[in-house]
Amino acid sequence: MSTEAPIYGLLAEFETPEELVEAVRRARGAGYRKMDAYTPFPIDGLAEELGFHENRLPLVVLIGGLVGCAGGFLLQYWISAIDYPLNIGGRPLNSWPAFIPVTFELTILVAALSAVLGMLGLNGLPMPYHPLFNSPRFALASRNRFFLCIEAADRRFNRESTANFLSELKPKGISEVSSA
Amino acid sequence: MSQEIIGPGHTYATVTDKISSIVLTRKTSLGWLAAFGIAFMFVMLLFYAVTYLFVEGIGIWGVNVPVAWGFAIINFVWWIGIGHAGTLISAILLLLRQEWRTSINRFAEAMTLFAVACAGLFPILHLGRPWFAYWLIPYPSTMDIWPQFRSPLVWDVFAVSTYATVSLLFWYVGLIPDLATLRDRSSSRFGRVVYGILAMGWRGSAIHWYRYDTAYLLLAGLATPLVVSVHTVVSFDFAISILPGWHTTIFPPYFVAGAIYSGFAMVMVLSIPIRAVYGLEDFITLRHLQNMAKVMLATGLIVAYGYLMENFMSWYGAVQYDRFTTLNRWIGPYAPVYWALIVFNVLIPQVLWFKRVRTNVMSLWLVAMAVNIGMWLERFVIVITSLHRDYLPSSWSMYYPTVWDWATYAGTIGLFLALLFLFLRFLPMISIFEMRTLVPKSEAE
Repeated sequence: MSTEAPIYGLLAEFETPEELVEAVRRARGAGYRKMDAYTPFPIDGLAEELGFHENRLPLVVLIGGLVGCAGGFLLQYWISAIDYPLNIGGRPLNSWPAFIPVTFELTILVAALSAVLGMLGLNGLPMPYHPLFNSPRFALASRNRFFLCIEAADRRFNRESTANFLSELKPKGISEVSSA
Repeated sequence: MSQEIIGPGHTYATVTDKISSIVLTRKTSLGWLAAFGIAFMFVMLLFYAVTYLFVEGIGIWGVNVPVAWGFAIINFVWWIGIGHAGTLISAILLLLRQEWRTSINRFAEAMTLFAVACAGLFPILHLGRPWFAYWLIPYPSTMDIWPQFRSPLVWDVFAVSTYATVSLLFWYVGLIPDLATLRDRSSSRFGRVVYGILAMGWRGSAIHWYRYDTAYLLLAGLATPLVVSVHTVVSFDFAISILPGWHTTIFPPYFVAGAIYSGFAMVMVLSIPIRAVYGLEDFITLRHLQNMAKVMLATGLIVAYGYLMENFMSWYGAVQYDRFTTLNRWIGPYAPVYWALIVFNVLIPQVLWFKRVRTNVMSLWLVAMAVNIGMWLERFVIVITSLHRDYLPSSWSMYYPTVWDWATYAGTIGLFLALLFLFLRFLPMISIFEMRTLVPKSEAE
């Protein structure tokens, strides 16, 4: 292995999700923290194995929904009762039951937009370039292979020892991911 | 075998390759070109009809007082109803953990988008001065006036535009991982760049997947009440008025059931030929078709109950105008349309009770086609018969569609199919990443 150029991390390739989950569990046990797993479909419990617990997305969506709801109602109230009041036979200006459909639609609209933009934002997407795309094997992460990448930024990372550790997990292959 | 939702012998790799190869293959088949060409001709017909409409005004259509709502509203309700099955399949069946939805949801969502696009055209064309359509949006204008939020027609603007937006988001979020697959498997630089931009750098990180699942589930939870609300609001366009035959409380549930009914029929009409042409019998199996047939049967019965209650209430309500409207539907000048609707929508679909019919692809297709026609006739009966003879006999009149009504309608069918063919050619019609999760463990590799 060359030790000249800086690398992003070491990438181990597995054939089944079970092997990957087991590898992540053992890497956590060995003290590695800066790592991520890459899979062609979502695998239950994998994020938890990686030590990922916070999930702020539901809160983002809740806030979005409340903003849509309040904004939608206030828009109609302000227009119908304050800025452009129409006196039609003395009927109430704040005819709130008639405002419910639009309030509801705007609640859904803003909540849905928050769900999508929140998911992308928290995931740091769009990110068209990423060091992992330097690895030729990585294209299979969107087909049928399961990858574990221990990043060079990890405190315990060492090219030799980490590579040895990964090979103990019996992956199908290990490769270095260049950082540039 | 017929009970499977995925054919035997498939692995992660074969599922991926099979579905993505339909898109990534270099050669465009002659059959696709011919089909797209025919659909495109109808798109040109639509442009022609719409241009003439803009030049001449809506006098070229058959609408006039008292029937001011003609084909435009019939087609609007018909198209938007068809869209509902896509959201139902992708959102409600996801929440109900119906795994069989997986191979048809992408396709049904695309169908929703294109149907909503066709539906959205009609109210705008119908405006008379369509270039002022933006007046429907509340914005601080120099005229210092605002939309009337107590009108169901303004509710409709919000319902349909929200529905279109959320359907698009749902569809696109579902596509992101598959776009990444296409990016990684495309052999041309152009394909890699285009699919790469659309995939936004998706790399399948476990943490990304975690948030992705959360977002997808929340979107499904939001889309479920939305889909119910959209056709409810559409039915308010009628039910809030005081016209006999429209002013009934049964309209919202009966419209929603009818929407799902027609939508599943359209999914069936489209998916049966597509699975044969693209050889996808392993992914869209007989079990899918049977399940869709059962949903059609159930919602069809709800719709039939709606017809029954409409008739019952017009008698039980003892309002002479309501009774007249019902009698006018039975034996009036549009009676053939009414009875055709009963045959297509109520009688023919009863054959779905028999397993022999549900397992026969050809008969399923014919029943689904009958339902599509029936649902269009239903909207014709609702819109036209109530309007053409209302309270004042001196203003009674007949409605006859003109060639421009038909041209616009046929044009939107062309637009719908043309968009669908483009989708089949350039995007994966089945959700690849969700199909991978269906691969049995022993067969994985």
